[in-house]
Formats: sequence, structure tokens, C-alpha cells
Amino acid sequence: MNKFLLMCFEFFKAGLFSIGGGLATLPFLQKMAENHPEWFTHEDLINMVAVAESTPGPIGVNVSTYAGFNTNGVLGGILATLSLVLPSFLCILIVYGFWQKYKENEKVQRTFSALRPAGLGLIVAACFTVFKGAVIPDGAFRWTCLLMFIIFFAVMQIPKAKKIHPLFYILLAAVIGIFLPL
Amino acid sequence: MLPLMEREAVDKNHWVTKEEMLDIYTMSQCTPGVIAVNTGTFIGRKIGGFFGAVLATLGVISPSLIIITLIAAFFNGFADNPYVIKAFFGIRVAVAALILNSTIGMIKKGIKNAYQIGILLAAALTMIIFNVSPIVVILVAGIFGLFFFDVRTKEEKENE
Repeated sequence: MNKFLLMCFEFFKAGLFSIGGGLATLPFLQKMAENHPEWFTHEDLINMVAVAESTPGPIGVNVSTYAGFNTNGVLGGILATLSLVLPSFLCILIVYGFWQKYKENEKVQRTFSALRPAGLGLIVAACFTVFKGAVIPDGAFRWTCLLMFIIFFAVMQIPKAKKIHPLFYILLAAVIGIFLPL
Repeated sequence: MLPLMEREAVDKNHWVTKEEMLDIYTMSQCTPGVIAVNTGTFIGRKIGGFFGAVLATLGVISPSLIIITLIAAFFNGFADNPYVIKAFFGIRVAVAALILNSTIGMIKKGIKNAYQIGILLAAALTMIIFNVSPIVVILVAGIFGLFFFDVRTKEEKENE
């Protein structure tokens, strides 16, 4: 199969099976990075999450644009992103006519009340992978990175810090990365 | 992103009522895909039919398309710069803390009983230990919920 078509198909699958909010696509993208490092690597993916946290728009959409762009230019970015949103677009059009019934249907409710925690479980595993990549970069554990992680996470738990925009943490971390030996 | 969409669709433009918006939100959680995009598609379909859905979906994704394309085009020139590489060592740590923080927020909001905690842990551990395809985890969870065990909360069952 054409490489580019294959990538669109992979993004279509990610869109079809990811359930939940902005991070829901992350586990599927990690799998893609594992299977197709020529599209984007785990590191690229985390860098893209950083960009996505600092700019508007869901992460899945941002990363598909990025991967598509790197593989096939501007058109590649557009087509990869359209592939990601196509499944949910079709689903909504299909159920729209009977959505009140669909929403209250017992089978639908039962299925999605199990799917949502499973989707969250996948995100927890994705967090673990990102954490490993952050404190064990290049395969060697760095206690300075772990210490920085603990401090950043602790600050985020302060009630007054809830309003701080993620971009602030990312810029601060970039400065720390440049000037301190991590 | 959802509070912003609600402000545009409900308060400013009166395309849908606040109650309808809640319904649309529930609906977006009961269809695959990213919630924010689904919500946009749904509102578009409601006020403008098929073409409304197409345009709203394109509207939701186009800021990302434009911003990320610009960033990717710009950033690829700097990717090998030693300072950029060092900066990203720090940035990766911040990202790990940020997504752990938002995941905990999502768990607090979305997990409602012990069965759902069980599914969450089973899914997470299966991924971490066996590194299977996330599609398999989603399929197994869906089949489990539909045919074998009802994990809804009491309120959810009463609302039927």
C-alpha cells in the first residue's frame, strides 16, 4: 500500500477507537510512533504534546497535522487530520436522526460506561510512557529530571496555581533545560 | 476548549440552548473521537444540516492545521540546534507533569464507581505490562460492558 494512504488509514483507526477528551488519541499515537518511527518518534510526539498544550486545539488533531506535514508537506498534514476526524464525523451523521433514542439506549450506555474508564486507563499508561521518557532520556536515569518533575507536579497541586497557563510551565522548563545541566 | 464552544454556541449566538448543549456534550462522549471535534460536528449538523456539519468540523480543526503547519515548517529548521535539544530535555519533564495533572483531573471527574476504577486499572496495567494494541483494550472493554457486566452508576441506570 502507498505509504501515505497507510498513514491516513492509521489516523482513521486512531480516530475511530479513541474515546474521551484531548489526550484520548495519545495512546494510539504512541503505538504509531513505535510501529512507524519514520513518521514521528516518541520524542517528536512529546514535543508535539508540548506544542499542543501551549496552543489551542486537541492534541490528536495537532499531532496528525504534524506527522502528515513531515511525511508529505502541507497537503499531507491536511489529509492526515481529515482522516482522524472522519470516523467520528460519520458516526455523528449516522446517529443524528435518532440521537435522543441513541443516547438513552441501554446498550449504548452500557458500552460507553465501560469504554470511558478503559480510554482513561490507556491515557494513564500513556502518561507512564511519557514520564519514563522524561526521567530516563537516552536510556540513562537522571535524578535531576525526576526532581524537576516532582517540583513541577507539586506546584500544579497548589490551588492558586490552577490558573497558570501550561505555556508558562513549558517555557520555564525550556529555560531550565538550556541553562541548568539536567 | 468546551467552555469556549459553549460561550459561542449558547451565550453569543443562541444556536442551541444550555440544556441542548449538555445533551450534545453527552452525545459527544457516546461517539468515538475527540470530544471537542464531535461537539463541533454535532452543533454544525443541528444548525446547518450536512454542510453545516462539514463546515463546523473544518472550523474546529483549521486553527490546529494552520498553527501546527507553521510551527512544523519553522521548527524543522532548528531541530538539530544544541540549545533546542537541551530545551526539550526540560520541556519533556514539564509535559509529563502537565499530562499527569490533567489525567488526574479527568479521573476525578469521569470515574464514578469501583467497577470503573477496576476497568481503568486493568486497561492501564495491560498496556504497561503487555504493550498490546490500544484497539484491543478498547474492544475488550466495550464487549465486557455490553454483554457481561453493567458498570453504570445507579443514577445512570435510573436515567434510562
